[in-house]
Amino acid sequence: MDALIPLFVAIPLISAFLIVIFGKLIKGFHRFLGPLTLLILLILAVYVFTGLGKSSISYAVGGWTGKGGFPLGIYMVLDGFSVLMLCIINLIGLIALFYSLAYISKYTAESNYFALFCLIVAGMNGVVLSGDLFNLFVFLEVSVISSYALVAFGVGKTELEASFKYQVLGGLASMLILLAIGLIYWHTKTLNIADIRSVFDAGYNRSFYVFVQVLLIAGFGMKAAIIPFHAWLPDAHSSAPSPISAMLSGVLIKAVGVYVLIRLFFNMFVFSYEIALILTSLGAISMVLGSLLAIIQWDLKRLLAYSSISQIGYVVMAFGMGILLLLRGNNEAAAVLAIGGGLYHMINHAVFKGLLFLNAGSIEHRLDTRDLKKMGGLSKVMPVTSTTSFVASMSISGIPPFNGFFSKLIIIIAAINGRFYLLAVLAILVSIITLGYFLKFQRFAFFNKATGQAVQKIKEVPFPMSFSMIFLAVLCLALSLLAIPSVRETVLSPAIDVLIQAELYSTTILGM
Amino acid sequence: MIVYILCFVLFLVGLYGVITRRNLIKIAISLSIMEFSIFLILVLIGYIDSGLAPIVDPGTPAQVYVDPLPQAMVLTAIVIGLATTAMLMAIAIRLYRKYKTFDIREINNLRG
Repeated sequence: MDALIPLFVAIPLISAFLIVIFGKLIKGFHRFLGPLTLLILLILAVYVFTGLGKSSISYAVGGWTGKGGFPLGIYMVLDGFSVLMLCIINLIGLIALFYSLAYISKYTAESNYFALFCLIVAGMNGVVLSGDLFNLFVFLEVSVISSYALVAFGVGKTELEASFKYQVLGGLASMLILLAIGLIYWHTKTLNIADIRSVFDAGYNRSFYVFVQVLLIAGFGMKAAIIPFHAWLPDAHSSAPSPISAMLSGVLIKAVGVYVLIRLFFNMFVFSYEIALILTSLGAISMVLGSLLAIIQWDLKRLLAYSSISQIGYVVMAFGMGILLLLRGNNEAAAVLAIGGGLYHMINHAVFKGLLFLNAGSIEHRLDTRDLKKMGGLSKVMPVTSTTSFVASMSISGIPPFNGFFSKLIIIIAAINGRFYLLAVLAILVSIITLGYFLKFQRFAFFNKATGQAVQKIKEVPFPMSFSMIFLAVLCLALSLLAIPSVRETVLSPAIDVLIQAELYSTTILGM
Repeated sequence: MIVYILCFVLFLVGLYGVITRRNLIKIAISLSIMEFSIFLILVLIGYIDSGLAPIVDPGTPAQVYVDPLPQAMVLTAIVIGLATTAMLMAIAIRLYRKYKTFDIREINNLRG
């Protein structure tokens, strides 16, 4: 099975270049190849997911395997955590690309859009699979540079301005990450994450160690848009074409931000109390401030973007709590609960935030506005959009039958078990505020009286768009099955094990 | 030691430029300056005083070679830097066509 690992990067790269070359010559080529690529990737990801179980496999690029536990070449690593991320990335990617088939017709240069989309997926798959730091950086740049281009795809005034802002801040973040990677190499003389862990286990200079950790938190925190580093997100995510917003908010900030933060701080660095405290408080701050900033927005996509910051806060806070509980050592059940809740909420957020941005895209497609004050009365004329967005809003604000409720509940139970009462109260409060601003969205977009006669003539969106939205809405309901302990055991526990037994990552990879 | 400090000063020069300049092109140039200060640090990491280029000659073993890996990293990072700079320039030119100015005080549609 290890021969399948490089395909996750190679297939989207090849189809991106094929689309650039043949997209203009053969009519409809990109419309056929783009979704096909993502479909193949999704089937591969699910196949690997079912076959992997609790083991982890690695692939040495070019056959350069290590000698005596000392890695020589570039490693690609697939374990429980990364395979879960692969499934999310390719699933949301397929749905967003299928949605784009109808949505993208209002833009020119369609083939470039599909090529960039394949590149962004290739970059994210690479980040998730990469086993050494520098390749992680290269794949990260592949995905974020294509996202800069996609944010500016509309080439209007706001799109270009948002893209420039995103690039300046993203460039700063990339530099901090590159500096940290250089410093780590200076100290350990290796770039392989597993090998770095074994060097750090043997001993390290403490002030250097803390400096590198802070650089990495700042760099990847900026990619993940945790609150002091969030300035680019509302602009970039609201200006991009809607399927791209769904990709950026649903997947990109997780794959290149949260995933890497968690991977490095669990599996590369030895846990430290201060860093765990920083992660927990940054998560809590972005959870609260993100929701407070969201409630005052009148631009629909900006509201959703701020809500992304708030939900990412939940995930980061859950993982921070997990580290704190593991460090305490006397309550591993609560740590498992916190980390599992964080993972669960990360999957759920990808699904419902993707769905919400697709809903916003449908409204924008028919009404040509993102201003909530100019909408109203859409529930009669757009029943599919209305119903699916109701499902998504209820699941993001944590109303029982939907998935968001269970993941938030697990995080809150973990906080209470671990005696983080303040965090539990904050999580409940933020959940109520979230319900508030999603009721505002529902009321102003769908249930208010129509402001003009134009609304009566609006039709429901075409088939690819409505199908994608219905699919994600069904997934919102289906994912609540993960709350059943036996199901959660089979799906989430390989990933949880990778993170709980953090030191095993290094020994398994080096032992291969 | 002095070279590392100079690299850091170069980094600060770039950061100062990004924060204070009002011209899109100057911001892009400052970002490039920051980028190159980090490339310099990376090259310095691999440098060994009086080391040779890392081409192993079987005739004369046990030479001192500089570390080739940071050099490979810097080459890759320069290519990535080229891509980001090209992207920034493309966006700046498009912005100029829309607004007829490079001044960021007049390009302020997005707030909050």
